Amino acid sequence: MQATYISLSDSQVGLAALLIVINAVISLGLRLGLERALVWASVRTVGQLLLLGLILKWIFELSHWYAVGGIMVVMTVVAGVTAVQRVSRRYSGIWFDTILSMFASSWLITAFALHGVLQSVEPWYHPQYAIPLLGMILGNTLNGISLGLETFISTLSVQRDRVEMMLTLGGTRWEAARESVRQALRTGMVPILNSMTVVGIVSLPGMMTGQLLAGAEPGQAVKYQIVIMFLICSATALGTLGVVLGGYRRLFNGRHQFCHWQIAPSSQAKEK
Amino acid sequence: MASPYILEAQELGRRIPHGEQWLLDRVSLAVRPGDRISCRGPSGSGKSLMLRALSLLDPLDHGAVLWRGASVPAERVPEFRSRVIYLHQRPALLPGTVEENLRCPFTLEINKDRHFDRARITNWLHLLGRSADMLNLSPDNLSGGEAQLVVLLRTLQLDPDVLLVDEPTAALDSDSSKVVESLIDHWWSEAPDKRALIWVSHDFDQARRVATRIVSMNQGQLQEEK
Repeated sequence: MQATYISLSDSQVGLAALLIVINAVISLGLRLGLERALVWASVRTVGQLLLLGLILKWIFELSHWYAVGGIMVVMTVVAGVTAVQRVSRRYSGIWFDTILSMFASSWLITAFALHGVLQSVEPWYHPQYAIPLLGMILGNTLNGISLGLETFISTLSVQRDRVEMMLTLGGTRWEAARESVRQALRTGMVPILNSMTVVGIVSLPGMMTGQLLAGAEPGQAVKYQIVIMFLICSATALGTLGVVLGGYRRLFNGRHQFCHWQIAPSSQAKEK
Repeated sequence: MASPYILEAQELGRRIPHGEQWLLDRVSLAVRPGDRISCRGPSGSGKSLMLRALSLLDPLDHGAVLWRGASVPAERVPEFRSRVIYLHQRPALLPGTVEENLRCPFTLEINKDRHFDRARITNWLHLLGRSADMLNLSPDNLSGGEAQLVVLLRTLQLDPDVLLVDEPTAALDSDSSKVVESLIDHWWSEAPDKRALIWVSHDFDQARRVATRIVSMNQGQLQEEK
C-alpha cells in the first residue's frame, strides 16, 4: 500500500472549528456557561499546536543533536513540573525527585526504543522518531507519576496513625511505608493498564489513527502501536516507582522515623 | 557495669520544626525496672511529645535516649521499639478482623521467630469478661473501649519491657477505663521486677491508682512530684 494522505487546507481546519462554534451556541442557548471555556480551549489548541508545528519544522530542518536534545530537555522538565503541580500535598525535594524520575524513566525507555527496538534510526537523535516517541512516553508517564505521588502522600497523611503504629511495634521504615508504596504504584499504573486492556476494542489510539490517516499499512500501524503501549507501560512503571521511592527516602529517615512534618499542602490546595 | 536503668531520657530537647521555641526543654527521666510512673500536666505541655521522644519516633534537637545504659544505633531502632512500646492515644486498627489486627505484629521482620498465641489472647479476653467471638469482629463494630482493648492486647502479647501509654482511657467511660487499667496491671504483674510503665494521664485519681511515682510536665519541662 502506498503511503498517501489528504493534505488539509486552512479552510478545512476552519470547517472543523465550526463544530466548536455550534457547541458554543448550544451552551449559550442552554445557559451552560461553557462557551468561554470552549473558545479559550480551542484558541489554546490552535495556538499551541501551530507553535509546535513551527518549532518541529525548524528542528526537522536543522536536524542537529543539540536542537533535538534541547527540545527534549524542555519537554521533560515541563512534564516533571506539570506532574508536581497536580499534587495537592508536597514535601521538600519533590521537584528534584520528580524531574529526575521523569528524565530517568522517559529517556531510558526512549533510548531503548530508538536503539533496541527500531535499531535503524540514524542518527540517534533523528527528530522524526526521537521527539514523537519521547512525547508520547512523557504524556503518559506524567499521569502515572502525578497519580502515584498524590496517592503516596495522601495515604501516608491520612493513615499516619497506622504508619506510626507499625513503627511503634518494631516495624522498619519500609514495613511501615510498604502499603502506601503499593497503593501508589497501583494507582499510578491504572490509566495505562486500562488503556492496554481496551485498546483496539473500545479505543483506537491516537498514534495508530495518525499513521492510518497518513496512509500507513494497518499491520505496520498496529505493530507501532503495540510497541508504543509497551514503552509507555514500562516508562510509567519506572517513573512512578522512582518518584515514590524518592518520596519514601525523604519522608522516612534512617532512624525509622516518619517525617510527617515535611508534608505540606501545595499553594493551590491552600487557596482552595 | 550494667546500667540500673532500663530507659533514660538525658536532657531531651525538641523545638518547633523551623522554629526556636522549645517544645521539650531538657527533659531528663531515669526509669528502673519495676517503675510505674504517671505523667500529668495541662494539654499542650509536652507529655505526648515526651513519650514519642522516648520511643524514638521523633528526631531530637538536644539530648539522648539511653536503652539499658547505651544509645540506640539506627539499625537497632526497630528492636528497641519492639521492647519499649509506645501506645498512641487514638487506637489505630487495620481493616479486617480483630484477630487479623492481633496477628499484625507477627508479620514484622523483628517478630519473625514469634507466633500468634490464640489461646493466650482468649485467656486474657476471658479475664476481662469478653468472649473469644470478639476476635471475629470487624474493628468498625467495636466501641471505643473495645478498640483500645484490642490495641492493648496487640501490644501486650509482645511482652514489652517498657510500656509508654498516652491517655489510653481519655475517651472511655469509667467501666472501660477500669478494664484497661486492669489489663495493664496484669501485664506489669507478670514480671514486676523487669517491666516498667509510663502512663500519661489527665486524671489525678487515675495517676495515683496506676503509678507509684508521679511526674508532671509544664511548658515542656518535667518535674518530679513528691
